[in-house]
Amino acid sequence: MTSTSAAERTATLARRAARPLGVVAFWLAVWQLAALAVDQDILLVSPGGALARLGELIPTADFWGTVGHSLVRIGGGFVVASVVGVLGAAAAATSRVFDALVTPALAAVRSTPVVSFIILVLMLPIRGQLAFVISFLMVLPITYTNVLEGIRHRDPALLEVATVFRVPLLRRLSAIDVPAVLPFFIASCKIGVGLAWKSGIAAEVIGLTGGSIGEQLYQAKILLSSADLFAWTAVIIALSFGFEKLVLALLRRAELRLSRGRAT
Amino acid sequence: MITLRGVTKRFGDQVVLDGFDLDLAEGGVTAVMGPNGSGKTTLARLVLGLTTPDAGAVSGTAGRRGAMTFQEDRLCDQLTAVRNVRLVLDRSVSRAAVVAELSRVGLDGESLTKPVRDLSGGQRRRVAIVRALMADADLVVLDEPFKGLDADGKNVLMAYVQERRAGRTMLLITHDPAEAEWFGARVVELERRA
Repeated sequence: MTSTSAAERTATLARRAARPLGVVAFWLAVWQLAALAVDQDILLVSPGGALARLGELIPTADFWGTVGHSLVRIGGGFVVASVVGVLGAAAAATSRVFDALVTPALAAVRSTPVVSFIILVLMLPIRGQLAFVISFLMVLPITYTNVLEGIRHRDPALLEVATVFRVPLLRRLSAIDVPAVLPFFIASCKIGVGLAWKSGIAAEVIGLTGGSIGEQLYQAKILLSSADLFAWTAVIIALSFGFEKLVLALLRRAELRLSRGRAT
Repeated sequence: MITLRGVTKRFGDQVVLDGFDLDLAEGGVTAVMGPNGSGKTTLARLVLGLTTPDAGAVSGTAGRRGAMTFQEDRLCDQLTAVRNVRLVLDRSVSRAAVVAELSRVGLDGESLTKPVRDLSGGQRRRVAIVRALMADADLVVLDEPFKGLDADGKNVLMAYVQERRAGRTMLLITHDPAEAEWFGARVVELERRA
């Protein structure tokens, strides 16, 4: 009985994995065929060539130093923007003046091309923190807008219950406010992580930030090394994907704690 | 004593209460009856300070702690019954005490460990009533608390409310004269205004 269930589970997992693996295999085959057609590694490296280059990079200390450099700045920009966005949204929800002043400004930031901010920061003495600042600026309006929307979607009936029973603020936050806002915050994180990495790396490339992944991409362009370009791009995708999974896992854990916690 | 004097409340062009007077006797039960739209719930909200009168005055509410069952259950769906009740209680009230109260109204075992979103309508109603009656309040407002309950459930809950209210001032909103009579309530009839 147990072995049958285990076999069924394995078969189900295999069926679920088959489709995405098939899709990946298809596009790798397309890439391989295109590389064969171009027949010049300098222009378009094959999947195997990119993988081999990645295999050379990973064991080196420089690789991990470069990854750490970008991870700290871009990840830091995302985290700080998330915190500031939540606090800003809370302030906007309680102060009309703050809302009137800040919401249009952040809407303008959201509509401004990222390259304008990159050039602006490069002209300022904070250019060493370029990736951090750019990630921050790209994520902040998204977090702020989404969280403010979440705050405005709280259930007024439950807020009235809290008023009648004089529920203390911290309990109200954990039982009523945060559960209402969390889905909006999670949605902003899903968008924000990818945007932070795209804009952060673009900033590193344009700003030629020493020791960063962006600098490695720029070097790949100068040296016409498509193997490096593809290898580092794969690293960026993996970092963005892993970072998003980590953030979402932490938020889901927080969500679970809120519903199961013993605080009240 | 809580008193309403000359209270008028409008919603747009509609006058729900017009120069309304009411005394809620200290420790007594007052039942408010009347058709839908006659202002019963508005009256409850005025007494609890959830809305203010357009004219007239509500007095005797300063410093009072209120508790209420609303027409809807108004529970935090993701929390268990115990956590919903404990949300409004002082930390000194133990989990065991809440479990004991919920058990008295027929909630026990699995129904205590599930989020209330997974409970039936009748079970949710019981949680809302226990929440209101366990709260540290000297004014209890029950807005159609027994609506939708079967006869047995209603009897259990009415006995529970009567015992738990223990001399506190209670405002009961109901369509059922038998409920008012059972609580020995002073009945106030409201009429729907054109």
